[in-house]
Amino acid sequence: MQVTSSVREPLVTGGKTYHDVTHDVSRHVEAKPNIRWFLAFLTSAGVLALGSIAVVATVWEGIGMWGLNKTVGWAWDITNFVWWVGIGHAGTLISAVLLLFRQKWRTSINRAAEAMTIFAVICAAMFPVLHMGRPWLGAYWALPLPNVFGSLWVNFNSPLLWDVFAISTYFSVSLVFWYIGLIPDFATIRDRATGLRKIIYGALSFGWDGAAKSWSRYESVSLILAGLATPLVLSVHTIVSFDFATSVIPGWHTTIFPPYFVAGAIFSGFAMVLTLMIVTRKVYKLEDYITMGHIELMNIVIIITGSIVGIAYITEFFIAWYSGVEAEQYAFINRATGPYWWAYWSMMTCNVISPQLFWFKKIRTSIVATFALSIVVNIGMWFERFVIIVTSLHRDYLPSSWAMFYPTWADVGVYLFTFGLFFTLFFLFAKFFPVINMAEVKSVLKSSSDKVHK
Amino acid sequence: MERDTHFVTGVYEDEDVLLQAITKVRSSGIKIHEVYSPYPVHGIDDYLGYKRSKLPIAAFLFGLLGTTLALTMQFYMMKFDWPMIIGGKDYGAFPDFIPVTFELTVLLASFGMVGVFMVSTNLKPWAQPRIFDLRITDDKHVMAIDIANNSAMELAKIEEILKSSGASEVNKKSFE
Repeated sequence: MQVTSSVREPLVTGGKTYHDVTHDVSRHVEAKPNIRWFLAFLTSAGVLALGSIAVVATVWEGIGMWGLNKTVGWAWDITNFVWWVGIGHAGTLISAVLLLFRQKWRTSINRAAEAMTIFAVICAAMFPVLHMGRPWLGAYWALPLPNVFGSLWVNFNSPLLWDVFAISTYFSVSLVFWYIGLIPDFATIRDRATGLRKIIYGALSFGWDGAAKSWSRYESVSLILAGLATPLVLSVHTIVSFDFATSVIPGWHTTIFPPYFVAGAIFSGFAMVLTLMIVTRKVYKLEDYITMGHIELMNIVIIITGSIVGIAYITEFFIAWYSGVEAEQYAFINRATGPYWWAYWSMMTCNVISPQLFWFKKIRTSIVATFALSIVVNIGMWFERFVIIVTSLHRDYLPSSWAMFYPTWADVGVYLFTFGLFFTLFFLFAKFFPVINMAEVKSVLKSSSDKVHK
Repeated sequence: MERDTHFVTGVYEDEDVLLQAITKVRSSGIKIHEVYSPYPVHGIDDYLGYKRSKLPIAAFLFGLLGTTLALTMQFYMMKFDWPMIIGGKDYGAFPDFIPVTFELTVLLASFGMVGVFMVSTNLKPWAQPRIFDLRITDDKHVMAIDIANNSAMELAKIEEILKSSGASEVNKKSFE
């Protein structure tokens, strides 16, 4: 018997019964796809197809298709990579960290957030893979595989290699975590179905029987996976930040990077979860499960992480001045007032000022404002990575090497490709997978639905 | 066809009624085969007298294996097989090996534990589970009692105990 304080907001509204939960979520999987879904799916698949022209061109012609030059050797590729990895932080944070903290409100959003995480990491991985130029040889450069040169191994002192291990571990552990959670829900769909669907979801459910023994093991697996995934989430963006922090480029060589990148990642991840969930709850009529309370809590996380990011920007600036290192001071003055001033101030406006609007209850409980701000935050976070990467590089040590970065159509195309991929995968998920974790919502229904709060 | 298993099942609507029923049924001397639920019921293991899962131990051992493998691999490759001076560091630059060691520890611990979970719970795509009632993945809890294991008690008596413990339905179920 669980007791929840009566002052708590109910997590599930609308007087739902257990069967209602099953029905409200499963019916979207069981219904024939409607015209709106087809339009959304075909649009994203179209963007994917269009973007793949740029991907093919990049692989066929080489990295010369991108706007990189001798001075700015990293630009949109790494910006997009870090941006997508950052977005991919919310899912596992919601399901792992919030599970450890016993935050029951995570139950209705963890499934979709984790799916988003997995798709975002796939999109992120596209960039380093394509940047290899000859990706079919990539395994030799990225993994310690025996080879004919000695064996000449990969360099374990390099943060780029740490990143390979961090991202691939994060991806595979998140995928397993997500799938374990899906198994009981696939069983629910299996037991409602007949014919071919019963066979498919039967196989997907791995023969789940719902026995108390199975649930007991399931819960221990979830808890341990959460315990393992929590430091993993923090490690991934820490290691991504090492890609920059361990270098000697002014503007990159800072010890503040790991916590600052992690906060920024959670910030952008929650924003993307909000962007997607606000649309999904509306289209699927899931307002009783993803309530205003959920949206407000996510907005509060955005205020906190947004403020951490804001403080980090200011600290960085202060330390550059305080260090007395001229190159460092110049890098920061140049960010704010140099030729990329517009990128810097877009970042400051979107990331530091806009999330502060959520201090107003009116704004953080408004669907329209939340949706708009969630997009603003992700634009801001893209600019943050662009500012860090491009403005630090474009002023080289020799003024004769100073340059600007101009994206080519292939840069834009590859970025579009990842958008197409992300949304195509998300729409497939939304149609064929239960978007809300039914079993976990049911487990909090008795203690936290509005029925017990009369 | 000869039916080798016979079960009596009690269907329960509410998790708290179910937990009370488990105590009641067990104290009347009936051995419960298993209880099936649509979601994890908090504390049901204690009521059923199940021991704590040993999966955390499996996770720890696999994690230990990951740590050992990662460190052995990195020291072998970087210090012994092909030593190279990188950034003026020692060949066996231990601090540099920590990120990969951490990641491989987490990777092996997770996959190892999940592997053990799948095997012990018999989770595989072609598994054919015994479903006592289709509603156990929807909104009902089902307590299954194996008649063969409770031959000392009369069937009618078992059914009566289930009914009085709060079961909304009492059914019979056989598997071929």
